Amino acid sequence: MTPVALLEINDLHVSFSTADGVVQAVRGLSLSVDAGKTLGIVGESGSGKSVSTQTITGLTRGALISGEALFEGRDLLAMSQKQLRSVRGNKIGMIFQDPLSSLHPYYRVGWQIVEMIRAHDKETSKAAARTRAIDLLRLVGIPQPETRIDDFPHQFSGGMRQRAMIAMAMALNPILLIADEPTTALDVTVQAQVLQVMKRLQDEFGTAIVLITHDLGVIAEFADDVVVMYAGAAMEKAPRREIFVANHHPYTEGLLFSLPAYGGERRRLNPIPGQPPSLINLPNGCKFNPRCAYAFDQCRSEEPPLTQVGADPRHLSSCWLSHTMAQRVELRAKMLSGVPVSSESAG
Amino acid sequence: MSGDALVSVDHLVKYFPVQSGSLIRRGREYVHAVDDVSFEVRQGETLGLVGETGCGKSTLARCIARLFDITSGKVIFEGRDISRLSQRRLRPIRRDVQMIFQDPYGSLNPRRRVGSIIGDPYSIHGGIDGKERKRRVQEVMELVGLNPEHYNRFPADFSGGQRQRIGVARALALRPKLIICDEPVSALDVSIQAQIINLLADLQEQLKLTYIFIAHDLSVVRHVSDRVGVMYLGKIVELAPVEDLYVKARHPYATALLSAVPIPDPEVAERRERIVLVGDVPSPIHVPSGCPFHPRCPKAEQVCVDEIPALIPRLGDGPDHVVACHRPMEVGEDLTASHPHISADERIVEPDVVGRPLTAQPEDERSR
Repeated sequence: MTPVALLEINDLHVSFSTADGVVQAVRGLSLSVDAGKTLGIVGESGSGKSVSTQTITGLTRGALISGEALFEGRDLLAMSQKQLRSVRGNKIGMIFQDPLSSLHPYYRVGWQIVEMIRAHDKETSKAAARTRAIDLLRLVGIPQPETRIDDFPHQFSGGMRQRAMIAMAMALNPILLIADEPTTALDVTVQAQVLQVMKRLQDEFGTAIVLITHDLGVIAEFADDVVVMYAGAAMEKAPRREIFVANHHPYTEGLLFSLPAYGGERRRLNPIPGQPPSLINLPNGCKFNPRCAYAFDQCRSEEPPLTQVGADPRHLSSCWLSHTMAQRVELRAKMLSGVPVSSESAG
Repeated sequence: MSGDALVSVDHLVKYFPVQSGSLIRRGREYVHAVDDVSFEVRQGETLGLVGETGCGKSTLARCIARLFDITSGKVIFEGRDISRLSQRRLRPIRRDVQMIFQDPYGSLNPRRRVGSIIGDPYSIHGGIDGKERKRRVQEVMELVGLNPEHYNRFPADFSGGQRQRIGVARALALRPKLIICDEPVSALDVSIQAQIINLLADLQEQLKLTYIFIAHDLSVVRHVSDRVGVMYLGKIVELAPVEDLYVKARHPYATALLSAVPIPDPEVAERRERIVLVGDVPSPIHVPSGCPFHPRCPKAEQVCVDEIPALIPRLGDGPDHVVACHRPMEVGEDLTASHPHISADERIVEPDVVGRPLTAQPEDERSR
């Protein structure tokens, strides 16, 4: 079954020209989000995960952009600012990492939600918009919303602010919610509350969610499909389970090995050596090759395309290693036991 | 037991005064940042401190390093009470107690060269200058995995992970006995995080260091610590050897905190029951009576409102596992099945967020 994707990004390139050179923030990203599903985008700082979603919603100024982003069949990148504005908010809601700087400190929380509703829907009366705002705050679990609606943002705690942001993003029942590190600034118990609210809204309204995060734990609990990004491109795309249990790309593997074990046995961590490349001066071939334990000659000269690995057609990896999962697993075992693998890893 | 204690903290209290509201009811109020905390840090161990924003873990650490004056109580370092020492008399102690900070961008002066940042302690404490200082700085740079040739570079020339190494090098310069790591890896990407954690572990082994390790990432704390203290509203609510805490936490707050951590394994994540706490942490200015956690605690009873629970071993635990709770949890007890037995106005009530665990849904519901 192949349902028509709600959002389909094809070969997106975004670059910024700076005094130091051209920063290639996103290089040929393709992905799709199905209605009612959650797509997790995971990657470290500078991997291009935020830039790509900001670009499709028209929030990157002064960037060189190519590619297409089909949302309900219409290309967001080809729209005028005016058309885009009606899509943003109405159909695509957005939540950002820092709830304090996303809310205006001088205006009451309720006023900001009411303004948002009325900016997109001029028919709504002030009173109706206010009632709607109260309902929304109640929906996201703000206590006594009738009185808290007149609070200023600083009177809210961090978790409440983030829930108010979710309320605002959900105000017009968008069919797509882009959540860019929505819980990174929050404590774990508050994070659990906020994720629960998002999950419930998704269950109730069938909203599709693009969840951008660096936290693999959040991905494991929340995402249906996962895209792992590195240096502006997708390294691996797969259903959630594959990413954690049967991943193919050495970068995905490296991320997971870097985490402390949650089960208790204390082993030495296996960090990925080195650091991410400069986006101005990218290495030749596979962008991950300088840090990759498996890298061989082909990796240094040719960039691998995203191709199917293993049996699942939804599991794609951008790597020259053998595409047969059994061979890949064998190679991993060798690597872990300390045998040098870089010379024999052709596939 | 106290024989091998490097630091003992005895009924430590730190209040910060705040100006209270109206002109008529003028009066001072206090943020109860650290409220009657006692524990010890043993030679060579890593003591983890966890808790949410504002629970007082950083303040506690800074009181131990005497970066703050202490309201009351004692800090005893190597048998010597340092809680009332003047800044001048603290100097020799400063050699032995160093800190590593969270933000590798904010904690290094951008206008100074790396060599002089790391070299400062030598000039201040040892009177070591010139060639000898450079030699020692390069030695410590090598120790933390920095290239000694980068002696003359500025912090801006380094990545986040390398900057954190500079912070570690600065803390190590005087070969301290105790290093207080205040969220040392929180600002770093996972792959870099692991590099720094390994570095800290190697240095501990090599130099016989004692760490107090503060972090909000509970899986990192579990990885590095020998014992872990859980803080809530300025108090230690549970302190135990690391595996005891993660396997059989007694305090309902500790249990909820641990269950809130997302686990990077979808299968475990799906099987697991998550306890979602209701409400927010109360203001540290008006701390609830009795057990500070009682307004949010599913097991709260009248005694929790009336009496502050002592931090002692309970339910037959060994002397190392202490918990401040009148109704500690049995192993395997389901916190979500409990209901508070206190009057409603003692509770923090939020409509509609209670209950349903995040991922664990009945099988039939998920397949729809």
